[in-house]
Amino acid sequence: MSIFIDENICNGCKGLPEARCERICPGDLCYRKENMKAAIRDQSACWTCACCVKECPVQAIELKLPFQVCSSGASLKARLKRDKTIWTIRDADGHQEEFIIQAKCLKGDT
Amino acid sequence: MGIIPVDTDILIIGGGAAGCFAAVEIYKRYPNCRVVIMEKAHIDRSGCLAMGLNAINAYLNPGQTPESYVSFVERQFEGVIRKDLVYSIAQGLNEVVKDVEEMGLPIEKNEDGTYRRKGKRSIRIFGERLKPILAEAVKKTPAQVLNRVVATNFIYNGKRVCGAFGYGVRDSMLYVIRANAVIVATGGASGIYRPNNTGEARNLMWYCPWNAGTGYAMGIRIGAEMTSFENRFIALRVKDVHAPTGTIAVGAGSRQVNARGEDYLELYYKHLGGNKCLTQHRLLATVEETKAGRGPCFLDTTTLSETEERRLKEDFLSMNPQIILLWASEGMNPKKRPVEVQGTEPFIVGGHCQSGYWIDKERRTTIPGLYAVGEVAGGAPKKYVSGSWVEARIAAATALEDMQGRNLEDVDDEVIQKEKARIHAPLMKKSGISPQQARERLQKIMDEFAGGVSMSYALHEERLIEARRLLKLLKEHGKDIVAVNNYHLVEALECIDRIDVARVLVEHLIYRKETRWACYQTRLDYPGKDDNRWLVFVNSVYNPDTDEIKMIERPLCS
Ligand SMILES: Cc1cc2nc3c(=O)[nH]c(=O)nc-3n(C[C@H](O)[C@H](O)[C@H](O)COP(=O)(O)OP(=O)(O)OC[C@H]3O[C@@H](n4cnc5c(N)ncnc54)[C@H](O)[C@@H]3O)c2cc1C
Ligand code: SF4
Ligand code: SF4
Repeated sequence: MSIFIDENICNGCKGLPEARCERICPGDLCYRKENMKAAIRDQSACWTCACCVKECPVQAIELKLPFQVCSSGASLKARLKRDKTIWTIRDADGHQEEFIIQAKCLKGDT
Repeated sequence: MGIIPVDTDILIIGGGAAGCFAAVEIYKRYPNCRVVIMEKAHIDRSGCLAMGLNAINAYLNPGQTPESYVSFVERQFEGVIRKDLVYSIAQGLNEVVKDVEEMGLPIEKNEDGTYRRKGKRSIRIFGERLKPILAEAVKKTPAQVLNRVVATNFIYNGKRVCGAFGYGVRDSMLYVIRANAVIVATGGASGIYRPNNTGEARNLMWYCPWNAGTGYAMGIRIGAEMTSFENRFIALRVKDVHAPTGTIAVGAGSRQVNARGEDYLELYYKHLGGNKCLTQHRLLATVEETKAGRGPCFLDTTTLSETEERRLKEDFLSMNPQIILLWASEGMNPKKRPVEVQGTEPFIVGGHCQSGYWIDKERRTTIPGLYAVGEVAGGAPKKYVSGSWVEARIAAATALEDMQGRNLEDVDDEVIQKEKARIHAPLMKKSGISPQQARERLQKIMDEFAGGVSMSYALHEERLIEARRLLKLLKEHGKDIVAVNNYHLVEALECIDRIDVARVLVEHLIYRKETRWACYQTRLDYPGKDDNRWLVFVNSVYNPDTDEIKMIERPLCS
């Protein structure tokens, strides 16, 4: 598995013609099912690029490594702020570590 | 499948690093121009830059000059490079970086305000959002962006390129885009060789899995001249997650050791330069250590301080988040365990190595109306992201100049119907082979007969001749590929493109009868480098009427 979508958290990006994860995935892998929950059409095609993880406004998507490569179950989530990205990594024992990283200069905006 | 006609002055195919920059450049010079970007994914996060970058790998730090840059690249590539192209790139590097900084890219600074360097020709950036930043700059221009439209072929009247066809993945429409100039910027080719990771992890690879070599294939099919496909790129990367090693080796200064903890480059490969050896020899040494029973090899991260380790993780989150997951798993923390490195499968790229369109200094291909920039353009290795921007700038100026006074060409309905039928064919079939089967067949042939990972990258004539035969058969099977929906249709078209690229690649590998570049092009039957005979470019032109690939030699130029 490369991404895990928590259906309890996913709100289906209701009101948008295309879900945010669906719009962003560079491999066109995310889509909305009939119940308006997001899904990935082929885990084996995932680049684990985390674009969908970053784009989801409610953090319904986690990044994981395929079992073949790593069996521990660590997972990564992200939140985008205007000028930074906040990452939360959770290891196999449930320990969490947060990283706040600059991603954009805002001076160009104003 | 309906038809959507689009008319424009300049069509850019591929809205990645180079494509986005080209659009911005065109409007800077000529605000009234009509520009269309045709992008297979969404320009906000597409291609190589989707995950982000943590460094600009081509930059002239104080003390470097365009001349010193050209000498460096020439040495790294054993004398075979297009010095004119590399020089033109080197001249523009610092300027384009400044432009992208102004778009909003945060660049790490020293206390005195100068850029923080990472080695002689590289600077550190906070580039997680580099792609959205470029996309935003495009959105400030009037350029028309067609997201989720996959380019399938050029519109070619036998004399010049007059536009391109694209398939709309969301609307199932055929886009017939007429243009006075077409800039191709679709990146390189992954998926030609069997990847290191397979099955569920098959796309956990270094290069972007959706840069399928379509830009090359479209050019090949109209007889555009291609260069140096035999100069494959194989990257030394962190095992399994394929994160770049430079971030650890140069960024954090970690030593490279074998399984015995020895500094193997200094100990066994001093004749190649030890720790100062060429990039390709670092890879060669690592492959050789495994053969000698001293592998696997590692970057020794165990001596990092807490602060350095955290810094390293931050660097990777902006470029390769996968490695953070690896490090969070049991016993894999970089301070506890050194980081294992390995070679990737071979890729065909013009940004790290030099496979691609044969172009002139103004970035014109050999077909009038068609310009090539970035990874898809050949002859100028080590251009990376910033060199791709410089090429985009040069091509934008050339295209604008060349198209003055031109009018759009009519497109025969017959030509449109033919392309429509070709694209539609996999959807019409009820039985045949799946895109997955075709892809796996191609990758097996290339891995076993054309020097993939399982052959330690080595090549020799007899196997290559067999690859040639098997690929010809596989091309025939291209018409048997079945697609059940648009997603599979794109996969099917990618397979067909990859086969066209692989066939040209194999001809190049057969033709160069020496070993010019370790691992990238190691001939077991011609193990030596032969400067008397082979200080030349190996080029090719495909003839669609006879299905033959003609090989051409071009001299080095100054
Ligand atoms: C993992 C990785 C890390 C890298 N790290 C660095 C780094 O730290 N520093 C650095 O300087 N360089 C780095 N590079 C190199 C740099 O990213 C590339 O050199 C640069 O992105 C090349 O630009 P491009 O426009 O040619 O290709 P891309 O940026 O990949 O753009 C190609 C575009 O074409 C689109 N496309 C492909 N096929 C079609 C089609 N049929 N129809 C329409 N559109 C299509 C793609 O979706 C994509 O948007 C890295 C590359 C990779 C893969
Ligand atoms: S972006 Fe998030 S909320 Fe929206 S559909 Fe995707 S997973 Fe659900
Ligand atoms: S991680 Fe990347 S490739 Fe995988 S589903 Fe998300 S956006 Fe697509």
